[in-house]
Amino acid sequence: MASIPVEHFPHGAFPARGDDYLSCRRGLLSWAFTLDHKRIGVMYLFAVLAAFLLGGIFAMLIRAQLLKPDGLLFHGATTGAYRPYNQVFTVHGAVMIFLVLIPGIPAAFGNFVLPLMLGAKDVAFPRLNLWSYYLFVLGMLLALGSVVFGGVDTGWTFYTPYSTETSGPVILLVSGAFVLGFSSIFTGINFIVTMHTLRPRGMTWFRMPLFLWALYATAIIQIIATPVLGITLLLLIFERIFHLGIVDSRYGGDPILFQHFFWFYSHPAVYIMILPAMGVMSEVVSTFARREIFGYRFIAMSSVAIATIGFLIWGHHMFPNGQSPLLNAIFSALTMLVSIPSAIKVWNWLATLFKGSLDFKTPMCYALAFMSLFAIGGLTGLYLATLVVDVHVHDTYFLVAHFHYVMNGGVMIMFICAVHYWWPKMTGRLYNETWGRIGCLLWWIAFNLTFFPQFLMGTQGMPRRYATYLPEYQSYHVWSSVGAFMQMGAAVLVAGYLIYSLYRGPRAPANPWGGSTLEWTCASPPPPDNFKTPPAVGRPYDHRGLEWDEKTGGYVRTNPNTGQ
Amino acid sequence: MTTASPHELAEHAHPRNLAHHFDTPAQQFAAGKLGIWLFLTTEVLLFSGLFCAYAVYRVNHPAIFEYAHLYLSKPLGATNTLVLIFSSFTMATAVWAAQTGRQKALVGLLAVTLLCGFVFMGIKFVEYKAKWEEGLLTGKWYRPEAPPEEAAIPKQDATQKAGAVPQQSTTVDARLLTGPMVLERSRTPAGAVGPTGISPQWLERGKPSETKWIAPEPYNVQTFFGIYFAMTGLHGVHVVAGMLVIGWVLLRARRGDFGPDYFSPVDFTGLYWHLVDLVWIFLFPLLYLIT
Repeated sequence: MASIPVEHFPHGAFPARGDDYLSCRRGLLSWAFTLDHKRIGVMYLFAVLAAFLLGGIFAMLIRAQLLKPDGLLFHGATTGAYRPYNQVFTVHGAVMIFLVLIPGIPAAFGNFVLPLMLGAKDVAFPRLNLWSYYLFVLGMLLALGSVVFGGVDTGWTFYTPYSTETSGPVILLVSGAFVLGFSSIFTGINFIVTMHTLRPRGMTWFRMPLFLWALYATAIIQIIATPVLGITLLLLIFERIFHLGIVDSRYGGDPILFQHFFWFYSHPAVYIMILPAMGVMSEVVSTFARREIFGYRFIAMSSVAIATIGFLIWGHHMFPNGQSPLLNAIFSALTMLVSIPSAIKVWNWLATLFKGSLDFKTPMCYALAFMSLFAIGGLTGLYLATLVVDVHVHDTYFLVAHFHYVMNGGVMIMFICAVHYWWPKMTGRLYNETWGRIGCLLWWIAFNLTFFPQFLMGTQGMPRRYATYLPEYQSYHVWSSVGAFMQMGAAVLVAGYLIYSLYRGPRAPANPWGGSTLEWTCASPPPPDNFKTPPAVGRPYDHRGLEWDEKTGGYVRTNPNTGQ
Repeated sequence: MTTASPHELAEHAHPRNLAHHFDTPAQQFAAGKLGIWLFLTTEVLLFSGLFCAYAVYRVNHPAIFEYAHLYLSKPLGATNTLVLIFSSFTMATAVWAAQTGRQKALVGLLAVTLLCGFVFMGIKFVEYKAKWEEGLLTGKWYRPEAPPEEAAIPKQDATQKAGAVPQQSTTVDARLLTGPMVLERSRTPAGAVGPTGISPQWLERGKPSETKWIAPEPYNVQTFFGIYFAMTGLHGVHVVAGMLVIGWVLLRARRGDFGPDYFSPVDFTGLYWHLVDLVWIFLFPLLYLIT
């Protein structure tokens, strides 16, 4: 198999209309009943972006409320007057966690890219894949139904006994999260089985791109942790209906048990979110540094290590909540342990950049933004893992800032990065690079403006989730709100030029960036069956022989990648 | 393309039950097998949450479990255990019949397995109905009409037993009588301040009656029924789901879909059914056979 795969099309030509997965079949039904992993990935992307917009709007409401110490939007003499604020931050949290961060990269880009990177025709269970998408939609509708029918004010963590006593459609939101969990489990099963059974000849485990290793580690967490969330949410639903007395203290239950159950899932869940983001990082850094990734095996194995250790550290969410001091000390030590594999990854990315020939295309700008923001988010995580510091800053804005630096600055920045990196492959169009870079810079500045003041006010004692605050915190809150509105502006800008590119953007070549993994060897957009002939599999990050070709405006391989 | 690649040739000779993205039936079977095992992993973890809750409460409040389990019917539970174990045997044999192409045996064995599912759910219904009628429900609906039969023994027997050598007495009622009267023998360290009152239920029922001495009822017995209904209920839902799938496989088997070349639906359904069976084998002793 020494062929050069871009041969499918003569130089300068693009796939004809009807040859690619987007135009091969027409009509709404051809999308609704598609079994093509690429179309399902695109449908996930639409749903996730819609949820991202919704969660973003609710974030704007939170920040608008906090412009004034007494509250700009919701205020009054009774505590009930502030209840809508609780509902707003619950929707923001639940939507962003369950509908955006968890499915974002694995379900949208994992589905689209995984078989392409592996050299397979599809995922192992295409029908299950479609089921999983519709379960996602169902879960989304249930969760949004809870907004329509009055709103839930428990926070996205649903802590008992408040969640069993408060009025409102708690059951609707919780069953939405339960159904979304099933969707996540099915995606995880699909990915693991695909990587085990559909690797073509030559694609060994250690030739898989690092994004696939990240997806593999993610899928392990999805399979092992999500069912525990499932039973926790079921218990909560039954507790509300039948008063089981397991997690509701009024009937002899133990609320701390609920917290243990909840965090046994929800802590590993942050690795469901961040591991795929780290996988995208490995791809982008190698591609735009034009060199083989540094420390391939270390990055691959650190994903597995993070997934493993990530299961043993849930107790750090409950340091001041009545755990024994011994348990606290053990959880604290284990939490610090998880920073080691994360740091291994960061150093390997830095080493890949070192002496590389850097190309500051938009995805690379986002990758560098990720590095800086994730470093701050990760290091402040160590503060929180330290018992004495955590007792001081627990449930303050310090925690909010840490979490957003990791989740928004880490995961969402890499999600936007993945949108830009695979946009030409998904849509067959190129966006405007200048606007892309401006958008990235704007987003980075706005992000820091939003969340850095929150570190400061957190250390000074501003508690999280409060609808009102003392006047001395106002300047921090105003800066934070201005930053948040700027982030919304950056998001609108990015959406604008991406939508414009769909209609007016130049056609994308098969390999616009000089990527060395298999998805860049098939056309943009790819044909329905991905590969007409099984692709030649070499080393994943071999950039030798990838050269710029004026005629196609992309990169072509001038020597076969035989894996030597 | 002038010459067909081996890949394309393989596509032309595609067997009937082989999906387009697999190269060989063996590859497809391996994928399905791994998929079902991963799914079973998630099922084990789903139940593990409840087993974990069970362990926490059993360790912290053993008296509740020792008292409340007496309400459950051991004969019915044991019968259900035997029914499910037998159905697992018929299911495993059905897989063998599919692999060896024994069409009649396959249909018959699947039908027997499905029937066992109905028997199990029928017995479960009888048990649930009894609990409903006796007021043995969760939370505020826990209003038992009478203490469990085994907890109430004739008074004369009780005094005799109490006079016997206490260390050797092993039955629940005898132990409750010989030890100091405590409301709940919790292994959780005692709080700084004791309970300010005695449960009115206890005052009512702890009164020595003319004929019977009744074991005192611990606090929060409703928690046991919360756990009982959650565990057996979730298990029951899984039995019903299994029966639906077995019914579907049975219909396909009657149509003659399965044989030595293609039997994965039977095989995978069997694996699922064994798991459901296995969960019950843990549930039965944990809920019914407490000493």
